[in-house]
Amino acid sequence: MLKSVNTLRSLGARTFGQQIALQRSYAKKSTGDGAHTFAIDSKKAYAFHVPHNYQGELGQPSGEVALNKQECLDLYRMMSLIRRFELVSDQQYKQRNIRGFCHLYSGQEAICVGMEKAITRQDAIITAYRDHGYQLCRGGSTESTMGELIGRANGCSKGKGGSMHMYLAESNFYGGNGIVGAQVPVGAGLAFALQYYAKVVNKTDLKNVSFSCYGDGAANQGQVFEAFNMAKLWNLPSIFVCENNKYGMGTSVQRSSGSTEYYKRGDYIPGIRVDAMDIFAVIDACRWAKEHAIKNGPLVMEMETYRYYGHSMSDPGVTYRSKDEIQEVRKHRDPIIRFKDRIVSAGLVTEDELKALDQDVKKEVDEAVEKTLASPLPDDSEIAKDILADEKYTCKGRTIYESYTN
Amino acid sequence: MLNLVRPGRNVLSHLGRRLYSSQSAVSFDRTELDSDKIDFKKYLNFNHEIVYNYTKEEIDVENVPTHKTNMCGAINEAMRHAMEKDEKAVVFGEDVAFGGVFRCTIDLMEKFGKDRCFNTPLCEQGIAGFAIGMAAMGYKPIAEFQFADYIYPAFDQIVNEAAKYRYRSGNLFNVGGLTMRAPCSAVGHGGHYHSQSPEAFFAHVPGIKVVVARNPVQAKGLLLSCIEDDNPVLFLEPKKLYRLSASTVPDDAYYLPLSKAEIIKKGTHVTVIGWASQMYVLEEAVKMAEEVGIDCELIDLRTILPWDVETVINSVSKTGRCVIAHEAPHTNGFGAELAATIQEKCFLNLEAPVIRVCGLDTPFPLVHEKYYVPDNLKCFEMIKKVVNY
Repeated sequence: MLKSVNTLRSLGARTFGQQIALQRSYAKKSTGDGAHTFAIDSKKAYAFHVPHNYQGELGQPSGEVALNKQECLDLYRMMSLIRRFELVSDQQYKQRNIRGFCHLYSGQEAICVGMEKAITRQDAIITAYRDHGYQLCRGGSTESTMGELIGRANGCSKGKGGSMHMYLAESNFYGGNGIVGAQVPVGAGLAFALQYYAKVVNKTDLKNVSFSCYGDGAANQGQVFEAFNMAKLWNLPSIFVCENNKYGMGTSVQRSSGSTEYYKRGDYIPGIRVDAMDIFAVIDACRWAKEHAIKNGPLVMEMETYRYYGHSMSDPGVTYRSKDEIQEVRKHRDPIIRFKDRIVSAGLVTEDELKALDQDVKKEVDEAVEKTLASPLPDDSEIAKDILADEKYTCKGRTIYESYTN
Repeated sequence: MLNLVRPGRNVLSHLGRRLYSSQSAVSFDRTELDSDKIDFKKYLNFNHEIVYNYTKEEIDVENVPTHKTNMCGAINEAMRHAMEKDEKAVVFGEDVAFGGVFRCTIDLMEKFGKDRCFNTPLCEQGIAGFAIGMAAMGYKPIAEFQFADYIYPAFDQIVNEAAKYRYRSGNLFNVGGLTMRAPCSAVGHGGHYHSQSPEAFFAHVPGIKVVVARNPVQAKGLLLSCIEDDNPVLFLEPKKLYRLSASTVPDDAYYLPLSKAEIIKKGTHVTVIGWASQMYVLEEAVKMAEEVGIDCELIDLRTILPWDVETVINSVSKTGRCVIAHEAPHTNGFGAELAATIQEKCFLNLEAPVIRVCGLDTPFPLVHEKYYVPDNLKCFEMIKKVVNY
């Protein structure tokens, strides 16, 4: 940022448009801190839905993202960490260390990693049950995330929630919700609270937004549309993010949805479809979305993505789609490989540096598992805790002669 | 065995006679209730027999063609029979065209085509409303909720639309053809959203029926009756039982009575009531009790709403003692309704308070499931307690 300001100063009096153009062309060259501008093919990466009665210009994402070496390494590391984490989760589930229901994020990494890059931790995120990636992105430690999955005392929800229920209060991650679509109106409520805080409590300009993530399956839940309406009615800084991974459980989007253009589902709310296998597009689009939502209110984003594993661990994921289809995506559209190719060919990082990160990540996840398996189960006394806020809550046990107190 | 002396006890003539029960009415040797002689280990891999018992007046599995199948297969057969019998029967729900997550609807699409077995979007409220609309036009929708835990978005449709349709239209319309299926209850590792037993919520809703099955034979016969019944029915399927051992099931369609509890083991000392997968737990508890000389009468309630008051009251009037067990939380579980009715109707015959053994008043836990569920030892302990009272 500093660099940009200096550049503008040295340019003297020019029109704003000229300044911006120059600033961009400047950024495209390698800068002192090694930033490189990655261009996005906007025509391919984005599609827009402009409501017929939309007032003013909708605008569009800038079409480029500038990243320096460290940023590239960080983004790569996080995507690689999630990929590895999910692979190990799959193994741990099969070894019966993870019980309960478990939904893996592999294939979709660019969404949460890109979104996190584009926003701040004062912005709120809420998602459904495919939440491991978000937890890691928002700053959850690998150990506490694995601890929660395996259900040990070192877990981020004290081991009481499991795979679907991860939360981070300090970085505004509201979970981790088990019921399809139920988090979407909750996300609108988060947006209202942000707006209320800025307007009524703090009396400052609105700076933050909420992102409510849901799948293509959840997009057909009625409460999603209730949330759209409230968000538009009160012009909430609410961004509805449909992660379209093509299958709602075992049903393809064509079989479940009257319209598969999920970014148009907001009708009177503008929408954007993003190639979410391209992390640059995700970052760019989320930055624009946040800006838009602060100024103009709600927005629907459709993140086109793909999941490699089945819906959950009980779904092998190959009965309703072919193995070839999965292989095809893995080979040609994988978000990690695509990112890697671009940052390596831009000369920003080397293959060896990335390989070292992969090794590093592998070690980190293995350690997390090791530490978790050494961690105790949640204490039995936890059983009656966290049910009501009351200082003393006594719940009936299995019989009238038995009770538990928090 | 216990020697229960119950002078002047006449089940049907207790009304109008004040014949208070008293502890002295029972005499037994306390040492007989010593659990130390039980080898609890044998209940770890227990071979259940009682839950597979059946009432001969209700069903014949000896003189008709039969085959072996598990509960999942039995439910599939019931739907197949219903669809063969009546073209108006249609099966839909999330992923059911491929067989559903539990494979209960497998092959139905292949056999009956896409018009009669199809996937819905993930929209439980919509699924329920849609099914109600079909039923209002005289069809027989069999709607599946993927898990009973996901049924709550459809709560309004079931409670306000389905249950009151007949009443509020003065019987001009009804949704009697409606059957809703939902896998329920604990499975060992389901956590908060894949383990709940919501029967008590729906037991508070006049206008629908709520039915739960305990084994393959029951599941097939009860589900067929639910589909045939001229009322909207919620049929709960304990998912833990889907793949449990197979049993002998008649090939043809048969119908088991709704609102009729089943005494699956006769006994004299204490009435033990349960339903769904809890019956397996209770069988173990009842066998343990037998080892210390307690003779239990085991009842599967089968229909939660409207429930069979008569069978329960007759049994408790006879035994004078009652233990009720269910997996749903203690407070306001359906056991509360049973206990209240029993104390109202059997007050003079009761030798001990009616005891409930239930899940804790907590959300269904993930890692603490084993502390939550009313297990065989707890049920056994309460059976002893109620006899020992």
